[in-house]
Amino acid sequence: MLILIKSGRVIDPGNIDGIMNILIKDGLIAEITQAEPVFFGKDIRIIEAGGLIVTPGLIDMHVHLREPGHEYKETIETGCRAAVHGGFTSVCAMPNTNPVNDSKEVTHFILKQAEAAGYARIYPVGAISQGLEGKILSEFFDLKEAGVKAVSDDGFPVRSSLLMRRALEYAKGFGLLVISHCEEMDLAKSGVMNEGEVATRLGLGGIPNAAESVAVMRDIALSELTGAPLHIAHVSTRESVDAIRNAKKRGAPVTAETAPHYFTLTHDAVHGYNTFAKMNPPLRSAEDRTAVREGLADGTIDVIATDHAPHSSIEKDVEFEFAANGIVGLETSLPLSLKLVTDGFLSMDELVKKMSKNPARIIGIENTLKPGAVADLTIIDPDYHSKVNSAEFKSMGRNTPFDGMKIKGGAVFTLVRGKVVFEKERP
Amino acid sequence: MGFKKKDILDMESLSVDEIKYILNMTDKMKEISGRSIKKVPTLRGKTVVLFFYEPSTRTRTSFDIAAKRLSADSISLSGSSSSIVKGETLVDTAKNIEAMNADVIVLRHSCAGAASMLAQRLKVSVINAGDGMHAHPTQALLDIMTVVEKKGRIDGLKIAIIGDIAHSRVARSDCVGFTKMGANVVVAGPPTMIPRGIEVIGASVAKNIDEAIKDADVIMALRLQTERQGSFLFSTLREYSKAFGITKKRFESAKEDVFIMHPGPVNRGLEIAPEVADSLHSVILDQVENGVAVRMALLLLTAGGVWNVDSD
Repeated sequence: MLILIKSGRVIDPGNIDGIMNILIKDGLIAEITQAEPVFFGKDIRIIEAGGLIVTPGLIDMHVHLREPGHEYKETIETGCRAAVHGGFTSVCAMPNTNPVNDSKEVTHFILKQAEAAGYARIYPVGAISQGLEGKILSEFFDLKEAGVKAVSDDGFPVRSSLLMRRALEYAKGFGLLVISHCEEMDLAKSGVMNEGEVATRLGLGGIPNAAESVAVMRDIALSELTGAPLHIAHVSTRESVDAIRNAKKRGAPVTAETAPHYFTLTHDAVHGYNTFAKMNPPLRSAEDRTAVREGLADGTIDVIATDHAPHSSIEKDVEFEFAANGIVGLETSLPLSLKLVTDGFLSMDELVKKMSKNPARIIGIENTLKPGAVADLTIIDPDYHSKVNSAEFKSMGRNTPFDGMKIKGGAVFTLVRGKVVFEKERP
Repeated sequence: MGFKKKDILDMESLSVDEIKYILNMTDKMKEISGRSIKKVPTLRGKTVVLFFYEPSTRTRTSFDIAAKRLSADSISLSGSSSSIVKGETLVDTAKNIEAMNADVIVLRHSCAGAASMLAQRLKVSVINAGDGMHAHPTQALLDIMTVVEKKGRIDGLKIAIIGDIAHSRVARSDCVGFTKMGANVVVAGPPTMIPRGIEVIGASVAKNIDEAIKDADVIMALRLQTERQGSFLFSTLREYSKAFGITKKRFESAKEDVFIMHPGPVNRGLEIAPEVADSLHSVILDQVENGVAVRMALLLLTAGGVWNVDSD
C-alpha cells in the first residue's frame, strides 16, 4: 500500500523545511516533492497534513522498559506502544532489567520482543559493567554485534574512575557510545530530593547540585583523556550545564541530554510529599531550570530524552523516602517540549534536532527524510489544546507529576517502517 | 472559635488562633493533672492508637498518660509488634486500625510526610508524634506553652536553638511555631548541621553559639545523636561539647532571666552541662509536664469528646 502525506510542513533540519508531499511505498520514502506526486492504482492512503508538521521519527534515547524482569511495571510491548503514542519511532532501552542487559542473549531477547510488538524500534543499551556491579566490563564486542549502540550503567553510577576510563577506551575501540549517569554517590547518600529550602522545610534529606556536577566534571576529564565520545544523561544542574558548555568549547567529544521534567518543574513539585515528583537526579531549583533551558537554547544540551521510568503503585504509593525514583515520560515529552518553542527557548527546527536528529547522530543511526530512506516519521499538530490524562497512557506506568496539566500540541501520527503505528483519534 | 482540624500534622498548618485555642485548652488540662484523682471521663469509649514505628519512651508515655487521664482506651503498637515486619504498607496497616474503629491514630515514624500521608488516606484523626526530620508539632506546642507560662508572652522574645538543626524535627517545628507566635528565632550549631535555606522556616543563623545565646530570653539545646559522628558531621564528642555545648562558662554570659529548655533525652555534659540542666533557669521538666497537658488537649480536640470539665 502507498501512503501520501499531503501538504505538511516538512522539517528535517539541515535538509528540508517547507510545505511538501511525502509518498511512502514499501516502507520507504519514495518521493518528497512540492508538486503532487504521480502514483498509480487506488490502494493509497492519503493523510491530510495541512497545518501539521512532519519530522523524521522522534527518538527517545533514554527509557526504561522493565522487561525482562519487571513486567508488572512495563513490558516491551506496552513501552513501545507508549513510545509511538507519544510520537517516538525509536527508543534506547536502558540495561537495568533483570537479568541485566550485559549480554547478547538479553539484547537478542529485547529486539525480538520489540519486533513482535511491532510499534517503536528499540536500540538496546548494554551495561558498562557486568550486572551493573561496577567490577568487570561487559562483553562490548558481543553486545555491539547483537545490535547495541551504546553502553551505560544508568542508575548505578560508575564509582571507579579507572573503570570509567577503561570503559571509554574499550567502547571507543568498538565504536560504542558511553552514556554516563553522573552522580557522586557519597554526596548523594541519604538524600531523596534536591538540597535546598524545600528539603529543609519538608525535613527530607538533600542531594546537592555538586553530587551531579562533580561526576560530570570527572567524566568530561576522562573523555578528554581518552578521546572517547561521552554522552551525559539527564542534566539537571546549572553547574553541569556550565561544565559541558566549557568542555564543548575545548572540543571535547561530549554530548548531553536533559529531560522535560528538568526544564518544566522545580523542587517545589515535591510539596505534599508527592512521590510522582521523586526522581534521580532530583527536580532542582528555579535557577537550575533556567540554566537547563539556556543550555538547550545555546546548544550545550543536544538532546531531550525522557528517562521514562514506569513504576507501579507498589513503588510509589508509599512513604516518600521509601518511594522509587522516576516518572514516565514517553507520552508527555513532546507537548512539554513544544512549550519550549511556544515560550521562545527553541525554534521548531531546533526542537526537531533535540528530539530526532541529534539522538540519531549521537547513537549513530540514519534518520533523514529523503527518497530511499526508511519511512520513520512523526506528524505533529502543534496547536491542539488538551490536558495530560494518565488514564489514557499506553504505558503501564501512571507515575507522572503532569497529570491534569494543560498542554498544547502533540503527535497525531507516528509511522515506523512506513506503517502507521499510531494515529490520534480525531474528536 | 471552635476547633475544626481533623489532624495535627505540623506547625505550618496551624493558625495563630488555633495555637492559642490549643494553649487555652492545655491550661484547662493541666488543672486535671494537678488533681489527686487525675482522671475525667471525657473520652470514655474513645480509642486512641499509639502507633510508633520508631522507638520512643517519653512521647509515647506522655500520650499514653494523656489518653488515660481523659479515660480513652489507648493501645500501643510498636515497630516490632505491628505488621511492619510482615511487609504490609503503612497505609494498609493504618487502614486496618481504622477498620477497628479507632478514633485517633498517634503516629511516630522515621519518614518525613508519613503522618500527612495517613491523614490524606484515612477518615480517622491523625496526630503526628514525629515524622522523620520533618515535624514534631506536639513538642513545639508544649515548648510554646512552657515559654508562655514562664515569660508571660512570646512576642518579641529572642529564642536560641542550639545544636543539630539539620536532623531535628523539633528544631523545625519550634522555628515555625515560635516565629508564628512572634518570637525572633536564632539557630546555631556546627555548620555541617545547619540546613540550607533554614531562613525559609523563620530562623536566622548566628555566627556561633556565643552570639546566639547573647541576649537570648530562652535557650533550647538539642540532643546530639552521637552516632552522627560517623557521617563526618563533627570531630570528637569532646570538641562538640566545647565548641557547641551550653557550657557553664557560656551560660554565665546569658541573660539573668534566661530559661533553659531541652526536648530530651539529655546527654549530660555533651550538648548541655549538668550545672546548666539542673540550674534554677532550667524548665526542662516543666516541658515534660506541659507535654501531657498539650497531648490531652489535642486528643480531646481531635477525638471530639464533649468538654464538660467544669460540670464534673
